[in-house]
Amino acid sequence: MGLEVDNTAVMELEEKKAEVIKEDLSPWEIVKKSRHPNRPILQDYLEQIFSNFIEFHGDRYYSDDKAMIGGFAEIEGKKVMLIGHNKGKSTNENIDRNFGMAKPEGYRKALRLMKLAERFNVPIVTIIDTPGAFPGLEAEERGQAEAIAKNLTEMASIEVPIICVVIGEGGSGGALGIGVGDKILMLSNAIYSVISPEGCASILWRDAKFAPDAAEALNLTANALLKHGVIDEIINEPGEGAHSNYEEIADSVKKSILNNIKDLKGLQTDELIQKRFEKYSGIGKFSTNS
Amino acid sequence: MAWYTDTTTERKKAKKSLWVKCKKCHSHIYENEWINNLNVCPNCNYHGSITSWERINLIFDKDTFVELFSNISPIDSLKFNDLKGSYKDKYENNIKKTGISEAVTTGHGKINGNQAVIAVMDFRFLGGSLGSGTGEKILQAANYAYDKDLPYIVFSASGGARMQEGALSLMQMAKTCAGVARLNKKNIPYISVLTNPTTGGVSASYAMMGDLNISEPGALIAFAGRRVIEQTIGEKLPDDFQTSEYLLEHGFVDSIVNRKDMKNYLSNVLSYYNR
Repeated sequence: MGLEVDNTAVMELEEKKAEVIKEDLSPWEIVKKSRHPNRPILQDYLEQIFSNFIEFHGDRYYSDDKAMIGGFAEIEGKKVMLIGHNKGKSTNENIDRNFGMAKPEGYRKALRLMKLAERFNVPIVTIIDTPGAFPGLEAEERGQAEAIAKNLTEMASIEVPIICVVIGEGGSGGALGIGVGDKILMLSNAIYSVISPEGCASILWRDAKFAPDAAEALNLTANALLKHGVIDEIINEPGEGAHSNYEEIADSVKKSILNNIKDLKGLQTDELIQKRFEKYSGIGKFSTNS
Repeated sequence: MAWYTDTTTERKKAKKSLWVKCKKCHSHIYENEWINNLNVCPNCNYHGSITSWERINLIFDKDTFVELFSNISPIDSLKFNDLKGSYKDKYENNIKKTGISEAVTTGHGKINGNQAVIAVMDFRFLGGSLGSGTGEKILQAANYAYDKDLPYIVFSASGGARMQEGALSLMQMAKTCAGVARLNKKNIPYISVLTNPTTGGVSASYAMMGDLNISEPGALIAFAGRRVIEQTIGEKLPDDFQTSEYLLEHGFVDSIVNRKDMKNYLSNVLSYYNR
Protein backbone atom coordinates (compact mmCIF):
# COMPACT_ATOMS: atom_id res chain seq x y z
CA MET A 1 0.00 0.00 0.00
CA GLY A 2 2.71 2.41 1.04
CA LEU A 3 4.48 1.74 -2.21
CA GLU A 4 1.48 2.82 -4.26
CA VAL A 5 1.25 6.18 -2.45
CA ASP A 6 4.94 6.77 -3.08
CA ASN A 7 4.40 5.99 -6.72
CA THR A 8 1.73 8.63 -7.14
CA ALA A 9 3.95 11.21 -5.51
CA VAL A 10 6.82 10.25 -7.78
CA MET A 11 4.59 10.38 -10.83
CA GLU A 12 3.38 13.81 -9.85
CA LEU A 13 6.93 14.96 -9.47
CA GLU A 14 7.85 13.47 -12.83
CA GLU A 15 4.99 15.38 -14.40
CA LYS A 16 6.12 18.61 -12.78
CA LYS A 17 9.66 17.96 -13.92
CA ALA A 18 8.45 17.42 -17.48
CA GLU A 19 6.57 20.72 -17.29
CA VAL A 20 9.61 22.56 -16.02
CA ILE A 21 11.75 21.08 -18.79
CA LYS A 22 9.13 21.98 -21.35
CA GLU A 23 9.09 25.58 -20.15
CA ASP A 24 12.83 25.78 -20.26
CA LEU A 25 13.05 26.74 -23.94
CA SER A 26 16.14 28.34 -25.39
CA PRO A 27 15.85 32.05 -26.24
CA TRP A 28 16.00 31.16 -29.93
CA GLU A 29 13.11 28.71 -29.55
CA ILE A 30 11.16 31.48 -27.84
CA VAL A 31 11.98 33.84 -30.73
CA LYS A 32 10.47 31.28 -33.08
CA LYS A 33 7.37 30.92 -30.92
CA SER A 34 6.94 34.68 -30.80
CA ARG A 35 6.83 34.63 -34.61
CA HIS A 36 4.73 31.48 -34.97
CA PRO A 37 2.40 31.83 -37.99
CA ASN A 38 -0.63 30.91 -35.88
CA ARG A 39 0.27 33.03 -32.90
CA PRO A 40 -2.71 35.15 -31.81
CA ILE A 41 -2.45 38.73 -33.03
CA LEU A 42 -4.20 41.93 -32.00
CA GLN A 43 -7.24 41.04 -34.14
CA ASP A 44 -7.67 37.80 -32.17
CA TYR A 45 -7.61 39.58 -28.83
CA LEU A 46 -10.03 42.14 -30.24
CA GLU A 47 -12.39 39.29 -31.00
CA GLN A 48 -11.85 37.36 -27.78
CA ILE A 49 -11.70 39.96 -25.01
CA PHE A 50 -12.65 43.39 -26.34
CA SER A 51 -16.12 44.45 -27.39
CA ASN A 52 -17.80 47.48 -28.98
CA PHE A 53 -14.57 48.56 -30.65
CA ILE A 54 -14.94 52.05 -32.09
CA GLU A 55 -11.98 52.42 -34.40
CA PHE A 56 -10.59 55.89 -35.13
CA HIS A 57 -8.53 56.64 -38.17
CA GLY A 58 -5.75 58.92 -39.30
CA ASP A 59 -2.98 61.03 -37.84
CA ARG A 60 -4.48 64.31 -39.17
CA TYR A 61 -1.23 65.12 -40.98
CA TYR A 62 -0.67 62.56 -43.68
CA SER A 63 -2.74 59.36 -43.75
CA ASP A 64 -4.16 56.38 -41.91
CA ASP A 65 -1.62 53.69 -41.08
CA LYS A 66 -3.15 50.22 -41.12
CA ALA A 67 -0.13 48.78 -39.31
CA MET A 68 -1.23 50.63 -36.18
CA ILE A 69 -4.86 50.73 -35.13
CA GLY A 70 -6.73 52.17 -32.22
CA GLY A 71 -10.00 53.26 -30.74
CA PHE A 72 -12.35 52.99 -27.79
CA ALA A 73 -13.16 49.47 -26.64
CA GLU A 74 -14.63 47.67 -23.67
CA ILE A 75 -12.94 44.90 -21.76
CA GLU A 76 -15.45 43.18 -19.49
CA GLY A 77 -17.48 46.38 -19.44
CA LYS A 78 -14.46 48.50 -18.57
CA LYS A 79 -13.93 51.29 -21.11
CA VAL A 80 -10.42 51.78 -22.42
CA MET A 81 -8.49 53.28 -25.31
CA LEU A 82 -7.02 50.36 -27.19
CA ILE A 83 -3.98 50.98 -29.41
CA GLY A 84 -1.83 48.35 -31.05
CA HIS A 85 0.35 47.04 -33.81
CA ASN A 86 -1.80 45.31 -36.37
CA LYS A 87 -0.04 42.28 -37.78
CA GLY A 88 -1.83 39.93 -40.14
CA LYS A 89 -1.90 36.16 -40.55
CA SER A 90 -2.33 35.64 -44.29
CA THR A 91 0.08 37.12 -46.81
CA ASN A 92 -2.59 39.47 -48.10
CA GLU A 93 -3.42 40.69 -44.62
CA ASN A 94 0.24 41.22 -43.89
CA ILE A 95 0.85 43.18 -47.06
CA ASP A 96 -2.19 45.32 -46.31
CA ARG A 97 -1.00 45.94 -42.74
CA ASN A 98 2.70 46.18 -43.63
CA PHE A 99 3.52 43.23 -41.32
CA GLY A 100 2.71 45.41 -38.31
CA MET A 101 5.55 47.80 -39.12
CA ALA A 102 4.17 51.27 -38.52
CA LYS A 103 5.23 54.44 -40.29
CA PRO A 104 5.42 57.89 -38.71
CA GLU A 105 1.70 58.39 -39.33
CA GLY A 106 1.03 55.26 -37.27
CA TYR A 107 2.94 56.59 -34.28
CA ARG A 108 1.32 59.99 -34.70
CA LYS A 109 -2.14 58.43 -34.83
CA ALA A 110 -1.31 56.47 -31.67
CA LEU A 111 -0.31 59.68 -29.90
CA ARG A 112 -3.43 61.46 -31.08
CA LEU A 113 -5.53 58.66 -29.60
CA MET A 114 -3.62 58.75 -26.32
CA LYS A 115 -4.42 62.46 -26.07
CA LEU A 116 -8.03 61.56 -26.79
CA ALA A 117 -7.95 59.05 -23.95
CA GLU A 118 -6.68 61.83 -21.71
CA ARG A 119 -9.59 64.02 -22.82
CA PHE A 120 -12.12 61.31 -21.95
CA ASN A 121 -10.20 60.17 -18.88
CA VAL A 122 -10.06 56.50 -19.83
CA PRO A 123 -7.04 54.23 -19.31
CA ILE A 124 -4.90 53.25 -22.28
CA VAL A 125 -4.07 49.67 -23.23
CA THR A 126 -1.39 49.22 -25.88
CA ILE A 127 -0.78 45.90 -27.60
CA ILE A 128 2.78 45.50 -28.84
CA ASP A 129 3.59 43.14 -31.69
CA THR A 130 5.95 44.38 -34.38
CA PRO A 131 9.23 43.37 -36.01
CA GLY A 132 10.10 47.07 -35.79
CA ALA A 133 9.19 50.48 -37.13
CA PHE A 134 9.08 50.48 -40.93
CA PRO A 135 12.55 51.15 -42.38
CA GLY A 136 11.68 52.77 -45.69
CA LEU A 137 12.43 55.91 -47.65
CA GLU A 138 9.10 57.60 -47.06
CA ALA A 139 9.15 56.74 -43.35
CA GLU A 140 12.52 58.49 -43.00
CA GLU A 141 11.34 61.39 -45.12
CA ARG A 142 8.31 61.95 -42.90
CA GLY A 143 10.32 61.67 -39.69
CA GLN A 144 10.18 58.15 -38.26
CA ALA A 145 12.74 59.14 -35.63
CA GLU A 146 10.83 62.27 -34.66
CA ALA A 147 7.50 60.43 -34.48
CA ILE A 148 8.85 57.76 -32.12
CA ALA A 149 10.82 60.27 -30.03
CA LYS A 150 7.71 62.41 -29.65
CA ASN A 151 5.70 59.44 -28.38
CA LEU A 152 8.37 58.50 -25.83
CA THR A 153 8.38 62.07 -24.56
CA GLU A 154 4.62 62.57 -24.50
CA MET A 155 3.84 59.16 -23.01
CA ALA A 156 6.01 60.07 -20.02
CA SER A 157 3.38 62.59 -19.00
CA ILE A 158 0.05 61.30 -20.33
CA GLU A 159 -2.40 61.84 -17.50
CA VAL A 160 -4.21 58.48 -17.58
CA PRO A 161 -2.89 55.02 -16.72
CA ILE A 162 -1.05 53.23 -19.55
CA ILE A 163 -0.81 49.45 -19.63
CA CYS A 164 1.38 47.90 -22.32
CA VAL A 165 1.15 44.24 -23.31
CA VAL A 166 3.87 42.64 -25.43
CA ILE A 167 1.98 39.80 -27.12
CA GLY A 168 4.52 38.69 -29.74
CA GLU A 169 7.48 40.58 -31.12
CA GLY A 170 8.67 43.66 -29.27
CA GLY A 171 10.89 45.03 -32.00
CA SER A 172 13.08 47.83 -30.70
CA GLY A 173 12.07 51.50 -31.10
CA GLY A 174 9.04 50.45 -33.11
CA ALA A 175 7.71 48.62 -30.06
CA LEU A 176 8.78 51.24 -27.54
CA GLY A 177 6.99 53.91 -29.60
CA ILE A 178 3.76 52.71 -27.95
CA GLY A 179 5.50 50.98 -25.05
CA VAL A 180 6.03 53.60 -22.37
CA GLY A 181 3.60 52.98 -19.54
CA ASP A 182 2.85 52.35 -15.90
CA LYS A 183 2.80 48.58 -16.24
CA ILE A 184 4.53 46.51 -18.88
CA LEU A 185 3.09 43.01 -19.26
CA MET A 186 4.58 40.35 -21.46
CA LEU A 187 3.49 36.93 -22.66
CA SER A 188 5.85 34.13 -21.65
CA ASN A 189 6.89 33.35 -25.24
CA ALA A 190 7.01 36.95 -26.44
CA ILE A 191 10.29 38.75 -27.05
CA TYR A 192 11.37 42.35 -26.53
CA SER A 193 14.70 43.49 -27.83
CA VAL A 194 16.86 46.45 -28.77
CA ILE A 195 17.58 44.79 -32.12
CA SER A 196 16.43 41.62 -33.88
CA PRO A 197 18.71 38.64 -33.17
CA GLU A 198 19.42 38.44 -36.91
CA GLY A 199 20.39 42.12 -37.05
CA CYS A 200 22.57 41.83 -33.96
CA ALA A 201 24.28 38.69 -35.30
CA SER A 202 25.04 40.30 -38.63
CA ILE A 203 26.68 43.25 -36.88
CA LEU A 204 28.50 41.64 -33.95
CA TRP A 205 29.00 38.14 -35.37
CA ARG A 206 29.32 39.36 -38.99
CA ASP A 207 26.77 36.72 -40.03
CA ALA A 208 23.01 36.50 -39.50
CA LYS A 209 23.25 32.74 -39.04
CA PHE A 210 24.52 33.38 -35.52
CA ALA A 211 21.06 34.69 -34.60
CA PRO A 212 20.55 31.96 -31.96
CA ASP A 213 23.74 33.12 -30.19
CA ALA A 214 22.62 36.72 -30.41
CA ALA A 215 19.18 35.76 -29.05
CA GLU A 216 20.89 34.20 -26.06
CA ALA A 217 23.16 37.20 -25.48
CA LEU A 218 20.45 39.86 -25.87
CA ASN A 219 18.35 38.70 -22.89
CA LEU A 220 15.16 39.22 -24.88
CA THR A 221 12.88 36.73 -23.11
CA ALA A 222 10.16 37.63 -20.62
CA ASN A 223 12.01 35.90 -17.78
CA ALA A 224 15.24 37.79 -18.44
CA LEU A 225 13.44 41.12 -18.85
CA LEU A 226 11.51 40.68 -15.61
CA LYS A 227 14.78 40.01 -13.83
CA HIS A 228 16.35 43.16 -15.31
CA GLY A 229 13.38 45.34 -14.41
CA VAL A 230 12.33 46.09 -18.00
CA ILE A 231 8.88 44.52 -17.59
CA ASP A 232 6.56 44.17 -14.61
CA GLU A 233 4.62 40.96 -15.15
CA ILE A 234 4.68 37.76 -17.18
CA ILE A 235 1.46 36.31 -18.56
CA ASN A 236 1.93 32.56 -18.84
CA GLU A 237 1.03 30.89 -22.10
CA PRO A 238 -0.80 27.56 -22.24
CA GLY A 239 0.66 24.27 -23.53
CA GLU A 240 2.86 24.67 -26.56
CA GLY A 241 2.36 28.41 -26.57
CA ALA A 242 -0.31 31.06 -27.12
CA HIS A 243 -1.23 29.56 -30.51
CA SER A 244 -2.26 26.26 -28.91
CA ASN A 245 -5.24 27.73 -27.07
CA TYR A 246 -6.59 31.14 -28.08
CA GLU A 247 -9.30 31.22 -25.44
CA GLU A 248 -7.03 30.39 -22.57
CA ILE A 249 -4.37 32.98 -23.43
CA ALA A 250 -7.00 35.63 -24.17
CA ASP A 251 -8.54 34.99 -20.78
CA SER A 252 -5.18 35.33 -19.02
CA VAL A 253 -4.43 38.55 -20.89
CA LYS A 254 -7.86 39.92 -19.97
CA LYS A 255 -7.46 39.10 -16.28
CA SER A 256 -4.04 40.67 -16.18
CA ILE A 257 -5.17 43.87 -17.90
CA LEU A 258 -8.19 44.19 -15.59
CA ASN A 259 -6.10 43.62 -12.46
CA ASN A 260 -3.64 46.27 -13.50
CA ILE A 261 -6.34 48.78 -14.36
CA LYS A 262 -7.76 48.21 -10.90
CA ASP A 263 -4.37 48.68 -9.25
CA LEU A 264 -3.69 51.94 -11.05
CA LYS A 265 -7.18 53.36 -10.59
CA GLY A 266 -6.62 54.73 -7.11
CA LEU A 267 -3.64 56.90 -8.05
CA GLN A 268 -3.91 60.67 -8.34
CA THR A 269 -2.68 62.08 -11.67
CA ASP A 270 0.43 63.69 -10.14
CA GLU A 271 1.25 60.48 -8.33
CA LEU A 272 0.77 58.43 -11.50
CA ILE A 273 3.13 60.60 -13.54
CA GLN A 274 5.70 60.85 -10.76
CA LYS A 275 5.69 57.06 -10.41
CA ARG A 276 6.06 56.61 -14.15
CA PHE A 277 9.01 59.02 -14.14
CA GLU A 278 10.60 57.14 -11.27
CA LYS A 279 10.00 53.81 -12.98
CA TYR A 280 11.91 54.87 -16.10
CA SER A 281 14.55 56.78 -14.13
CA GLY A 282 15.34 53.52 -12.39
CA ILE A 283 15.85 51.34 -15.46
CA GLY A 284 19.44 50.54 -16.38
CA LYS A 285 22.55 49.18 -14.74
CA PHE A 286 25.81 51.08 -14.44
CA SER A 287 28.69 51.64 -12.06
CA THR A 288 28.96 54.75 -9.90
CA ASN A 289 32.52 54.44 -8.62
CA SER A 290 34.79 55.27 -11.47
CA MET B 1 69.26 44.67 -32.02
CA ALA B 2 69.02 45.90 -35.56
CA TRP B 3 71.99 47.93 -36.78
CA TYR B 4 69.82 49.91 -39.16
CA THR B 5 66.46 51.67 -38.80
CA ASP B 6 63.63 50.80 -41.07
CA THR B 7 63.39 54.13 -42.83
CA THR B 8 60.29 53.22 -44.83
CA THR B 9 58.25 52.58 -41.71
CA GLU B 10 59.66 55.70 -40.07
CA ARG B 11 58.81 57.76 -43.09
CA LYS B 12 55.32 56.28 -43.24
CA LYS B 13 54.79 57.10 -39.58
CA ALA B 14 55.97 60.67 -40.10
CA LYS B 15 53.75 61.05 -43.13
CA LYS B 16 50.79 59.66 -41.27
CA SER B 17 51.13 62.14 -38.45
CA LEU B 18 51.66 65.13 -40.74
CA TRP B 19 48.71 64.73 -43.05
CA VAL B 20 45.02 64.15 -42.56
CA LYS B 21 42.97 62.74 -45.39
CA CYS B 22 39.49 64.24 -45.62
CA LYS B 23 36.90 61.49 -45.55
CA LYS B 24 34.67 63.32 -48.00
CA CYS B 25 36.80 65.00 -50.68
CA HIS B 26 39.86 62.81 -49.97
CA SER B 27 42.24 65.75 -50.18
CA HIS B 28 45.30 65.65 -47.95
CA ILE B 29 45.33 68.42 -45.40
CA TYR B 30 48.33 69.39 -43.32
CA GLU B 31 47.53 68.17 -39.82
CA ASN B 32 48.10 71.53 -38.13
CA GLU B 33 45.79 73.20 -40.60
CA TRP B 34 43.15 70.50 -39.96
CA ILE B 35 43.36 70.99 -36.20
CA ASN B 36 43.41 74.78 -36.42
CA ASN B 37 40.31 74.53 -38.56
CA LEU B 38 38.58 72.53 -35.75
CA ASN B 39 38.79 69.19 -37.63
CA VAL B 40 36.85 70.70 -40.52
CA CYS B 41 38.14 70.24 -44.06
CA PRO B 42 39.25 73.64 -45.43
CA ASN B 43 38.50 72.37 -48.94
CA CYS B 44 34.97 70.94 -48.73
CA ASN B 45 33.75 71.94 -45.25
CA TYR B 46 33.43 68.30 -44.18
CA HIS B 47 33.00 68.29 -40.40
CA GLY B 48 35.24 65.56 -39.00
CA SER B 49 34.59 64.14 -35.57
CA ILE B 50 35.89 65.80 -32.43
CA THR B 51 36.08 64.51 -28.88
CA SER B 52 33.65 65.58 -26.18
CA TRP B 53 36.35 67.58 -24.41
CA GLU B 54 37.43 69.34 -27.59
CA ARG B 55 33.78 70.27 -28.07
CA ILE B 56 33.43 71.51 -24.51
CA ASN B 57 36.54 73.68 -24.84
CA LEU B 58 35.17 75.10 -28.07
CA ILE B 59 31.77 75.99 -26.64
CA PHE B 60 32.39 77.13 -23.08
CA ASP B 61 34.11 80.27 -21.82
CA LYS B 62 37.54 79.55 -20.43
CA ASP B 63 37.55 77.92 -16.97
CA THR B 64 33.77 78.03 -16.55
CA PHE B 65 32.93 74.37 -17.26
CA VAL B 66 32.22 72.17 -14.25
CA GLU B 67 31.91 68.47 -14.95
CA LEU B 68 29.04 66.56 -13.32
CA PHE B 69 28.26 62.85 -12.88
CA SER B 70 31.72 61.76 -14.02
CA ASN B 71 31.54 58.84 -11.59
CA ILE B 72 29.19 56.92 -13.88
CA SER B 73 30.58 54.14 -16.10
CA PRO B 74 29.25 50.96 -17.76
CA ILE B 75 28.85 47.53 -16.22
CA ASP B 76 28.37 44.28 -18.11
CA SER B 77 25.09 43.32 -16.47
CA LEU B 78 24.13 40.81 -19.18
CA LYS B 79 27.62 39.23 -19.40
CA PHE B 80 27.41 39.88 -23.12
CA ASN B 81 29.86 37.97 -25.29
CA ASP B 82 30.12 38.07 -29.06
CA LEU B 83 32.72 36.80 -31.53
CA LYS B 84 35.20 39.46 -30.52
CA GLY B 85 34.93 38.86 -26.79
CA SER B 86 33.13 40.36 -23.84
CA TYR B 87 31.41 43.72 -23.54
CA LYS B 88 33.41 44.26 -20.36
CA ASP B 89 36.72 44.04 -22.24
CA LYS B 90 35.35 46.36 -24.90
CA TYR B 91 34.37 49.18 -22.58
CA GLU B 92 37.46 48.79 -20.41
CA ASN B 93 39.59 49.20 -23.54
CA ASN B 94 37.48 52.20 -24.54
CA ILE B 95 37.94 53.83 -21.14
CA LYS B 96 41.71 53.35 -21.44
CA LYS B 97 41.82 54.57 -25.02
CA THR B 98 39.62 57.66 -24.61
CA GLY B 99 40.23 58.68 -21.01
CA ILE B 100 36.48 59.11 -20.50
CA SER B 101 34.27 56.64 -18.70
CA GLU B 102 31.04 56.84 -20.73
CA ALA B 103 29.94 57.90 -24.21
CA VAL B 104 28.79 61.26 -22.88
CA THR B 105 30.38 64.02 -20.82
CA THR B 106 28.03 66.16 -18.72
CA GLY B 107 28.32 69.42 -16.81
CA HIS B 108 27.50 73.10 -16.74
CA GLY B 109 29.25 76.35 -17.57
CA LYS B 110 29.02 79.65 -19.41
CA ILE B 111 28.69 80.22 -23.15
CA ASN B 112 29.66 83.84 -23.82
CA GLY B 113 28.41 84.53 -20.32
CA ASN B 114 25.16 82.52 -20.63
CA GLN B 115 24.73 79.69 -18.12
CA ALA B 116 23.75 76.30 -19.54
CA VAL B 117 23.80 72.63 -18.66
CA ILE B 118 25.27 70.38 -21.31
CA ALA B 119 25.73 66.75 -22.33
CA VAL B 120 28.25 66.05 -25.08
CA MET B 121 28.45 62.64 -26.68
CA ASP B 122 31.75 61.20 -27.84
CA PHE B 123 31.69 58.90 -30.85
CA ARG B 124 35.06 57.34 -29.93
CA PHE B 125 33.48 55.63 -26.93
CA LEU B 126 31.74 52.51 -28.31
CA GLY B 127 30.47 54.48 -31.30
CA GLY B 128 28.74 56.93 -28.99
CA SER B 129 26.23 54.20 -28.24
CA LEU B 130 23.45 54.80 -25.74
CA GLY B 131 23.96 52.49 -22.78
CA SER B 132 22.51 52.58 -19.26
CA GLY B 133 25.29 54.85 -17.99
CA THR B 134 24.93 57.16 -20.99
CA GLY B 135 21.18 57.43 -20.44
CA GLU B 136 21.67 57.98 -16.72
CA LYS B 137 24.07 60.88 -17.31
CA ILE B 138 21.81 62.50 -19.90
CA LEU B 139 18.84 62.19 -17.53
CA GLN B 140 20.77 63.44 -14.50
CA ALA B 141 22.01 66.45 -16.44
CA ALA B 142 18.42 67.16 -17.54
CA ASN B 143 17.34 66.90 -13.90
CA TYR B 144 20.11 69.32 -12.92
CA ALA B 145 18.85 71.80 -15.54
CA TYR B 146 15.32 71.24 -14.20
CA ASP B 147 16.32 71.95 -10.60
CA LYS B 148 18.37 75.04 -11.49
CA ASP B 149 16.03 76.41 -14.20
CA LEU B 150 18.90 76.40 -16.68
CA PRO B 151 18.68 75.72 -20.43
CA TYR B 152 19.82 72.27 -21.45
CA ILE B 153 21.95 71.49 -24.50
CA VAL B 154 22.76 68.01 -25.79
CA PHE B 155 25.34 67.38 -28.53
CA SER B 156 24.62 63.97 -30.05
CA ALA B 157 27.07 61.74 -31.90
CA SER B 158 25.92 58.17 -31.82
CA GLY B 159 25.29 55.03 -33.80
CA GLY B 160 22.23 54.30 -31.63
CA ALA B 161 21.34 52.10 -28.68
CA ARG B 162 24.10 49.91 -27.20
CA MET B 163 23.28 46.34 -28.24
CA GLN B 164 25.51 44.83 -25.57
CA GLU B 165 23.07 46.02 -22.90
CA GLY B 166 20.03 44.50 -24.60
CA ALA B 167 16.63 45.99 -23.79
CA LEU B 168 18.20 47.97 -20.94
CA SER B 169 19.76 50.21 -23.59
CA LEU B 170 16.45 50.43 -25.47
CA MET B 171 14.81 51.67 -22.27
CA GLN B 172 17.32 54.53 -22.06
CA MET B 173 15.39 56.07 -24.94
CA ALA B 174 12.30 56.24 -22.75
CA LYS B 175 14.34 57.31 -19.72
CA THR B 176 16.05 60.25 -21.43
CA CYS B 177 12.78 61.35 -23.03
CA ALA B 178 11.13 61.29 -19.60
CA GLY B 179 13.77 63.84 -18.59
CA VAL B 180 12.96 65.96 -21.63
CA ALA B 181 9.24 65.72 -20.82
CA ARG B 182 9.85 67.21 -17.39
CA LEU B 183 11.82 70.09 -18.89
CA ASN B 184 8.94 70.71 -21.30
CA LYS B 185 6.45 70.80 -18.43
CA LYS B 186 8.52 73.40 -16.61
CA ASN B 187 9.14 75.43 -19.79
CA ILE B 188 12.89 75.01 -19.67
CA PRO B 189 14.45 75.23 -23.11
CA TYR B 190 16.19 72.18 -24.48
CA ILE B 191 18.47 72.55 -27.50
CA SER B 192 19.56 69.45 -29.37
CA VAL B 193 22.63 69.64 -31.59
CA LEU B 194 22.85 66.71 -33.98
CA THR B 195 26.38 65.99 -35.20
CA ASN B 196 27.75 63.30 -37.46
CA PRO B 197 26.39 60.67 -37.00
CA THR B 198 23.13 60.71 -35.03
CA THR B 199 21.26 57.54 -35.84
CA GLY B 200 19.00 54.75 -34.56
CA GLY B 201 17.77 54.93 -30.99
CA VAL B 202 19.43 58.26 -30.28
CA SER B 203 17.77 59.99 -33.23
CA ALA B 204 14.48 58.34 -32.18
CA SER B 205 14.68 59.77 -28.67
CA TYR B 206 16.22 62.89 -27.11
CA ALA B 207 18.18 64.00 -30.21
CA MET B 208 14.99 64.75 -32.16
CA MET B 209 13.17 66.27 -29.21
CA GLY B 210 14.93 69.63 -29.01
CA ASP B 211 12.80 72.72 -28.75
CA LEU B 212 15.42 73.65 -31.30
CA ASN B 213 17.19 71.02 -33.37
CA ILE B 214 20.50 72.35 -34.69
CA SER B 215 22.93 70.44 -36.85
CA GLU B 216 26.43 70.66 -38.23
CA PRO B 217 26.76 70.57 -42.05
CA GLY B 218 26.71 67.20 -43.77
CA ALA B 219 25.89 65.18 -40.66
CA LEU B 220 24.25 61.78 -41.10
CA ILE B 221 20.95 61.87 -39.22
CA ALA B 222 18.81 58.77 -39.58
CA PHE B 223 16.51 56.29 -37.92
CA ALA B 224 17.16 53.23 -40.10
CA GLY B 225 20.48 52.59 -41.80
CA ARG B 226 20.91 53.23 -45.51
CA ARG B 227 21.66 49.56 -46.24
CA VAL B 228 18.54 48.35 -44.41
CA ILE B 229 16.35 50.78 -46.34
CA GLU B 230 17.91 49.87 -49.67
CA GLN B 231 17.26 46.22 -48.92
CA THR B 232 13.67 46.99 -47.91
CA ILE B 233 12.74 49.05 -50.94
CA GLY B 234 15.13 47.37 -53.39
CA GLU B 235 16.57 50.54 -54.87
CA LYS B 236 19.44 52.95 -54.38
CA LEU B 237 18.84 56.01 -52.25
CA PRO B 238 19.70 59.58 -53.26
CA ASP B 239 23.15 60.78 -52.12
CA ASP B 240 21.93 63.55 -49.84
CA PHE B 241 19.37 61.25 -48.14
CA GLN B 242 19.52 61.46 -44.32
CA THR B 243 21.94 64.40 -44.22
CA SER B 244 21.40 67.52 -42.14
CA GLU B 245 20.61 69.40 -45.35
CA TYR B 246 17.92 66.82 -46.22
CA LEU B 247 16.42 67.12 -42.74
CA LEU B 248 16.44 70.91 -42.92
CA GLU B 249 14.58 70.74 -46.20
CA HIS B 250 12.03 68.34 -44.69
CA GLY B 251 11.44 70.49 -41.64
CA PHE B 252 13.13 68.47 -38.91
CA VAL B 253 16.02 70.76 -38.03
CA ASP B 254 15.93 74.49 -37.40
CA SER B 255 19.32 75.43 -38.68
CA ILE B 256 22.65 74.12 -39.92
CA VAL B 257 25.52 75.82 -38.16
CA ASN B 258 29.25 75.57 -38.93
CA ARG B 259 31.39 74.35 -36.07
CA LYS B 260 33.32 77.62 -35.87
CA ASP B 261 30.05 79.56 -35.46
CA MET B 262 28.36 77.16 -33.00
CA LYS B 263 29.38 78.94 -29.78
CA ASN B 264 28.09 82.31 -30.93
CA TYR B 265 24.95 80.79 -32.40
CA LEU B 266 24.13 79.04 -29.11
CA SER B 267 24.90 82.06 -26.95
CA ASN B 268 22.81 84.22 -29.24
CA VAL B 269 19.82 81.89 -28.77
CA LEU B 270 20.46 81.49 -25.03
CA SER B 271 20.49 85.28 -24.62
CA TYR B 272 16.73 85.20 -25.32
CA TYR B 273 16.11 83.02 -22.27
CA ASN B 274 14.45 85.37 -19.90
CA ARG B 275 13.98 83.94 -16.44
